[in-house]
Amino acid sequence: MTSFFLVASAFLASAVEFVEALTIVLAAGLTRGWRSSLTGLGAATVTLAAIVAALGPALKLVPLSALRLVVGALLLAFGLQWLRKAILRASGYKALHDEDEIFAREAAEARTAASETRAGLDWYGFTLAFKGVLLEGLEVAFIVITFGSTQGNLGLAALGAGIALVLVATVGVLVRAPLARVPENTMKFAVGVMLTTFGIFWSAEGAGAHWPGNDAALPVVLAFVLLLSFGAVTLLRRRRLVFA
Amino acid sequence: MKRIVAFGSFWWDFVVGDDWRAAAGVVVALGITALLVWAGVDAWWLMPAATAAILAISLARATATRQ
Repeated sequence: MTSFFLVASAFLASAVEFVEALTIVLAAGLTRGWRSSLTGLGAATVTLAAIVAALGPALKLVPLSALRLVVGALLLAFGLQWLRKAILRASGYKALHDEDEIFAREAAEARTAASETRAGLDWYGFTLAFKGVLLEGLEVAFIVITFGSTQGNLGLAALGAGIALVLVATVGVLVRAPLARVPENTMKFAVGVMLTTFGIFWSAEGAGAHWPGNDAALPVVLAFVLLLSFGAVTLLRRRRLVFA
Repeated sequence: MKRIVAFGSFWWDFVVGDDWRAAAGVVVALGITALLVWAGVDAWWLMPAATAAILAISLARATATRQ
């Protein structure tokens, strides 16, 4: 059960980030040329792989309880950010994430940017793709490393991220357009719920508490976070209608 | 110096985001859990309760400014 949650969480979180990275790579590629954009994508991927390869094994040296305390706290703080934004989006207090709109904005900026050639590459296109993929990918690396090391299975977390990468890249190459039809807002909501659930579970264990039923408590924590989230969305929607 | 500040600012924004009180709440709740465990109370229930409270406060603050 925990392994399923691990792969599913890594997959969902990675898919959301890869969809966002794809939008930026497409905007850079279509406006500034594919060579610079794909070189930026490749350079960022190598950098991310180096970060995961260096930090993953290093975290194995940290005692599990200390790791769960620190990682759990980080995941909970990080997850609460995602969940808060997702709840605000779902209740209408924040605009929904729109890949078409982001693509149009990035592409417009890229078209008007000055042309500068470095190392035979259009530098704006390269840095736009590099920074975009690196920043979105760092979130993936963070989730893969924290989930994998805390659960003692970096491979499973990497598998979830790998499946998401292949899926998003394949669909991206086929459609060559922002993946606006991906239910990104729903996926972000699910990721926020998962991160918060694992954050609560591991941080409490790291602080020395013992969950009744050990790992069997995880689905109960998940149900609690889901209930809390949907409850918040319902309350905020009603409140918004009252004030409208 | 600028690069160190930018690096710190990036990680602060990455983990803490736009509501530092929520992150501080997580740290305080974990500290209390650890203290209770040290005193012999198996306080597994505290983190879910604290999360509910932190989320409620954070959402109340966010929606109050957007009303």
